[in-house]
Amino acid sequence: MTSTAHIGRQAVLDALPDHPAVKAILSWNDAALTDARFEFGELTLTVPREVIRTASETMRQAGFNFFEDMTAVDWYPATPRFQLSYHLLSHSFKERIRLRVLLGEAEAAIDSITSVWPAANFYEREVFDLFGIHFDGHPDLRRIMMPDDWKGHPLRKDYPVEGLR
Amino acid sequence: MATAAETPEMTNLGGQHMVLNMGPQHPATHGVLRLVVEIDGEIIVKIRPEIGYLHTGIEKTCEAKFYQQVIPMTDRINYLDPLSNNLCYCLAVEKLLGLEIPERAQWIRVLLTELSRLNSHLIWLGTHAMDIGALTVFLYTFREREEILRLFEAVAGQRMMTSYFRIGGLSMEPPLDYFDRVQAFIKTFPEKIDEYSNLLTGNPIFINRLKGVGILSAEDAIALGVTGPPLRASGVDIDLRRDMPYSSYEKFDFKVPISHGCDTWARYEVRLIEMRESVKIIQQALDGMPGGPVKADAPKIVLPDREKMKTQMEALIHHFKIVTEGFAVPAGEVYQGMECGHGQMGYYVVSDGTAKPYRVHMRYPSFATLQALEVMCKGRLIADLVAVIGSIDIVLGEIDR
Repeated sequence: MTSTAHIGRQAVLDALPDHPAVKAILSWNDAALTDARFEFGELTLTVPREVIRTASETMRQAGFNFFEDMTAVDWYPATPRFQLSYHLLSHSFKERIRLRVLLGEAEAAIDSITSVWPAANFYEREVFDLFGIHFDGHPDLRRIMMPDDWKGHPLRKDYPVEGLR
Repeated sequence: MATAAETPEMTNLGGQHMVLNMGPQHPATHGVLRLVVEIDGEIIVKIRPEIGYLHTGIEKTCEAKFYQQVIPMTDRINYLDPLSNNLCYCLAVEKLLGLEIPERAQWIRVLLTELSRLNSHLIWLGTHAMDIGALTVFLYTFREREEILRLFEAVAGQRMMTSYFRIGGLSMEPPLDYFDRVQAFIKTFPEKIDEYSNLLTGNPIFINRLKGVGILSAEDAIALGVTGPPLRASGVDIDLRRDMPYSSYEKFDFKVPISHGCDTWARYEVRLIEMRESVKIIQQALDGMPGGPVKADAPKIVLPDREKMKTQMEALIHHFKIVTEGFAVPAGEVYQGMECGHGQMGYYVVSDGTAKPYRVHMRYPSFATLQALEVMCKGRLIADLVAVIGSIDIVLGEIDR
């Protein structure tokens, strides 16, 4: 059903050297691509957390013009604990890529990309609310789903589904 | 969600500005949306949406359920377009499993998703017109919606919370006369669209309330994550059904309506044409409906037929195993996007190789579209706000999840 998988940076570079997102990220900053993966017909590019804003801007200019979705995954108790997944859609290539950032628990903070796509505003607030990840430079970082005085972050894996927390 | 009634940055209002609290209980907010609106006389200066009143933690609940148990929860997110929710989730899990879905199941999925889109658009049209004061249209659209709900009930046993699509196909073959009933419905439906159009399109009050109201440029729409009919009404030609087809949509011939009006009226026109195109898709699905099974050949994932379960030992074992232990899904992450009635929906499913999803995240169109409300209403009259909310067609269930 889906094309073959390419796991790892080198495998993706060998298999998809002409992919617009791969080309754009390499010509911008070769070191910014720490890992890559092509699976289920979806391309995932892992970038360090320091460069997320510039990486988003690079992707936007490379044709991935539409911010579709952003969320987090909590890999507790593994380290690094958090993974952020940004899904970007290209209206011209009719293709979607995923930017992936890994965050440790101690430094659960990242630059906001609202300056690149204002659409990220609510999504970052949601991740802040439900995962407790801080977004630097966000214009209005408040809880969005839970009440303002809520304790804890419900989508973290150490937060119980039911019962006392 | 802000619990307190005060609005921090709006406490020091200079001059004549005042704060109007609209909702969460307000008939024109289509649910429990609260808008904190700063106004200067009748002119809107600032809007701050407060959401979360319907937050039920569905994403968290999904992590504690087997893959197949998540399907009933997806219905309840966007309760106006239930089958699209079912489909998007099933497609995501099927992608992880690498399941091949029989053609007949794919076509029935297309047929029902389009009926579901009609259902969603009918509610939009009825409530949108009612918000503006044209109460009659609401009664007309709900007459047809009732028929669609009966069609849902005939296949799924449920009018709204269908849960009809299953991982690997459909829950069962539709009843014998089902396609005839759908045919009878869509045969008369285009006339019904004309009827709505006759009531509204030439109506001077309706035109004055809609034309030139809620302007959203294409650049703003893309920057703010707006999708679906509001995006296409701003002149951006994108529809995932055509551009990134799923579930055999590439085999159907339909047009994607675009308008460059960028206003509330353009959104009205785009959706009306979309309803006509949906009818065409349903007609094509009925004409070319392939035969064959409606479930994939995957005994460890798809529940066996009742008959087999009663007569074959393996089938009984599989049935018992699936129900009690679920089925393991290979580790990995997928994002499945699709075009539902309101715009682009997406399911992001992360598996760690067990029978329960490690993480399920849903992207729902209204969540992003709500961010564009301020841009559309700034500098306009407070009365236009109601027209604009109606035109972006929000459902609070899918915003709060």
